[in-house]
Amino acid sequence: MKKWLSTDGFRNFISSCVAIAIGLVFGLIIIVFTNPSNALAGFLNLLVGPLEMGMMGIGRVLFYAIPIIMTGLSVGFAFKTGLFNIGTPGQFITGAFAAVYVGVHWTFLPAEIHWLVALLAAFIVGGLWAVVPGLMKAYFNVNEVISSIMMNYIGMYLVNYMVKLTVFDEMRSQSLPVATSAEIPKMGLDQIFRGSTLNAGIIIAILMVVLIYVILNKTKFGFEMKACGLNADAARYAGINEKKNIIMAMVIAGALAGLGGGLVYLSGSGKFISIVEVLAPEGFNGISVALLGLSNPIGIFFSGIFISYLTVGGNLMQQFGFIPEIVDIIISAIIYCSALSLMIKIFLNKRKANKKNKIKEVKE
Amino acid sequence: MEYVIEMCHITKEFPGIIANDDITLQLKKGEIHALLGENGAGKSTLMSVLFGLYQAEKGVIKMNGQEVSIKDPNDANRFGIGMVHQHFKLVHNFTVLENIILGVEDTKNGILTLTEARKKVNALSEKYHLNVNCDALISDITVGMQQRVEILKMLYRDNNILIFDEPTAVLTPQEIKELMIIMKELSDEGKSILFITHKLNEIKEVADRCTVLRKGKYIGTIDVKTTSKEEMSEMMVGRKVNFNVDKEEAKPTDVVLDVQHLSVAKKDHKDAVNDVSFQVCKGEIVCIAGIDGNGQSELVYALSGLAPIKSGKIILDGKDISHCSIFERNVNGLGHIPEDRHRHGLVLDYPLSYNLSLKKYFTKEFNHHGFLDFNKMESYSNKLIEKFDVRSGQGSKTIARSMSGGNQQKAIIAREVDNDPKALIAVQPTRGLDVGAIEFIHSELVNERDNGRAILLISLELDEVMNLSDRILVIYEGEIVAELDPKQTTIQELGLYMAGSKKEVVK
Repeated sequence: MKKWLSTDGFRNFISSCVAIAIGLVFGLIIIVFTNPSNALAGFLNLLVGPLEMGMMGIGRVLFYAIPIIMTGLSVGFAFKTGLFNIGTPGQFITGAFAAVYVGVHWTFLPAEIHWLVALLAAFIVGGLWAVVPGLMKAYFNVNEVISSIMMNYIGMYLVNYMVKLTVFDEMRSQSLPVATSAEIPKMGLDQIFRGSTLNAGIIIAILMVVLIYVILNKTKFGFEMKACGLNADAARYAGINEKKNIIMAMVIAGALAGLGGGLVYLSGSGKFISIVEVLAPEGFNGISVALLGLSNPIGIFFSGIFISYLTVGGNLMQQFGFIPEIVDIIISAIIYCSALSLMIKIFLNKRKANKKNKIKEVKE
Repeated sequence: MEYVIEMCHITKEFPGIIANDDITLQLKKGEIHALLGENGAGKSTLMSVLFGLYQAEKGVIKMNGQEVSIKDPNDANRFGIGMVHQHFKLVHNFTVLENIILGVEDTKNGILTLTEARKKVNALSEKYHLNVNCDALISDITVGMQQRVEILKMLYRDNNILIFDEPTAVLTPQEIKELMIIMKELSDEGKSILFITHKLNEIKEVADRCTVLRKGKYIGTIDVKTTSKEEMSEMMVGRKVNFNVDKEEAKPTDVVLDVQHLSVAKKDHKDAVNDVSFQVCKGEIVCIAGIDGNGQSELVYALSGLAPIKSGKIILDGKDISHCSIFERNVNGLGHIPEDRHRHGLVLDYPLSYNLSLKKYFTKEFNHHGFLDFNKMESYSNKLIEKFDVRSGQGSKTIARSMSGGNQQKAIIAREVDNDPKALIAVQPTRGLDVGAIEFIHSELVNERDNGRAILLISLELDEVMNLSDRILVIYEGEIVAELDPKQTTIQELGLYMAGSKKEVVK
């Protein structure tokens, strides 16, 4: 037990918790300033609102966590391999479009596998969308941040155009609803978490978390990727094909984000691709999820749930007269402070070292 | 006798290792005081404590007899302590002048004024014969010049205690000579110098007194004039050191590495390596000697596959590997101890066990259907650590970055040798290492030679070339200009070939 307490993982966890606590205090200050009369009630709602709703609240939290866990995994995985994948919004939305297209048009598929094929399409197209930045980085050393931001806009406009061309619902100016066979099965989860629209997407997200964890920590592939990320020159010297690794890392990251898009738009709960000129927010949220989770897949899973919890709780605050923009500011402030976890970790390490010395002095 | 700086009973600990254990160092005004010790003996740590980068757990620092506390480099600067780091801290796209004033800029109404600073820098440069051009960009000047900029930085800040952290490691022999003169001038002017090194010749040449550390402990302070090199090295290593390499006559057999008419292109310039041919046989050490920058790095990159060749052939044990990937060369028996151990040799943030397996992790031993057996990796690494005496804080789990240079190099050598290569390319394998580690690495290379490996050594150190090699090839401007037998040649003659003033037709 004591050994476990002093592990690096545990210290990471503690520092994240402390950071979150600071973030919450900071959020409370903003709440007090913006709406003092309802401050406490609103804050309580933010903190325990989703839980008070019981299984329905938990279901909702899990449901909103699905896409940001996926984009968080995407960003975190790329981080581990030395890349900054800021192209998640583009990969997310192109993946979403692929899923919707298959969901609407490929009704010739047997119902049992229709949704799986649609998800697979999202996975593949998201990955393909990240190929370009990967190739540019590997062969021309073009910074992936710039090239993937560009791909975000190309993706957004292209999807707008393609939706209009292929799956357009003119009445509502959005994509057509997918066939029921393409909706992700609920697997009884909506019964367990009654009142929410939770579906098997959360299971897929969890599987992906485990898969990425295993790839990064147990496989030859992950070993090589991390080596490339930490020191590309040394990786090359050791005979690792670093170009291939950069491209593969980008593709996997893109595929994860694309799958996230598929999971959202096949949920059959009133989510459609609308023709707007806004980058998918789920994409950028992935960055904060990954940072808060210290790029560790398990950490990303929990930080995704945490941010989703805040979002659900924040929405509840609206009934106390907090306008959505303020709610967003509060949530961002909390996330911002939470990202300080690294600083807190350093602080904890220092304190531990001091303590050790003191113990030694006493002994002497 | 009053000391300008006294570090009394300093103790500094890091996880798993006591870097400084009750160390005392006293610096007199106007003296050059050498700090001698093996890699990892705690020299740099001690200086970092003095410079405020680390806080000692125990001990006090006194300045002119008064106790002071140095919490960060700004404090150190206020007390007149300046430091030239081993790796320079310069902004490469700034000019010399901009680098010197960085942090202590003169401003007028918020606007930078350079005239005063320029005058002062030029005056200092002239006084100490530094010949620095204020307007040159750092990226355009030589490493030796960059070091002078670092020295000027200290002088500009009116520092009186100057710390030089292994200043000669990056310099050419000519530059070293000039640095020694500069150091002497500085001390004549009343500056006190702390000179970290493990090169005994340099201590003999400039230092007045010398404090020796070993494995974090204080061994003693000696007067340089009355102490011999042998005595100093014994204090440093803790045993008698053999400066000569013991080796039997080489018995070369079959050709292992056969390089034929190899040329390597260089950007907008004449070829870096031009029509080079040579052979290395089983059981011999062939050395490529030359002044830095005459195509050695490019030749090694071409042999190891890090850079493409322009023309020619590389044949390893009968197999043409001229266009093979690095991976194929590795598994076909080409070992490579790289020149830059931080850039190529190690993934610094990986633990030692990963680094030791870096050329083996994909083999059946560790890799089962794409999954790696990390336990096996660790036991393999433990084996190598013991066999090659690689010292580190936490054994196989130590992050490579936290190890001393000598032990990092030992780890690389362990990995390359244990990979059982047919041919081993060793590029400056002892650069920046202390005599103990050099002795180990030299005898290891001779061992491997006797085990029937073909060894190609690339070295800039003439002593190493003469001591270790069985044949010497001299490279000058990308061409092999001579093949010499170390037993029938002198260092002077070798030097003439290296400088390009003598040539011989090599078949």
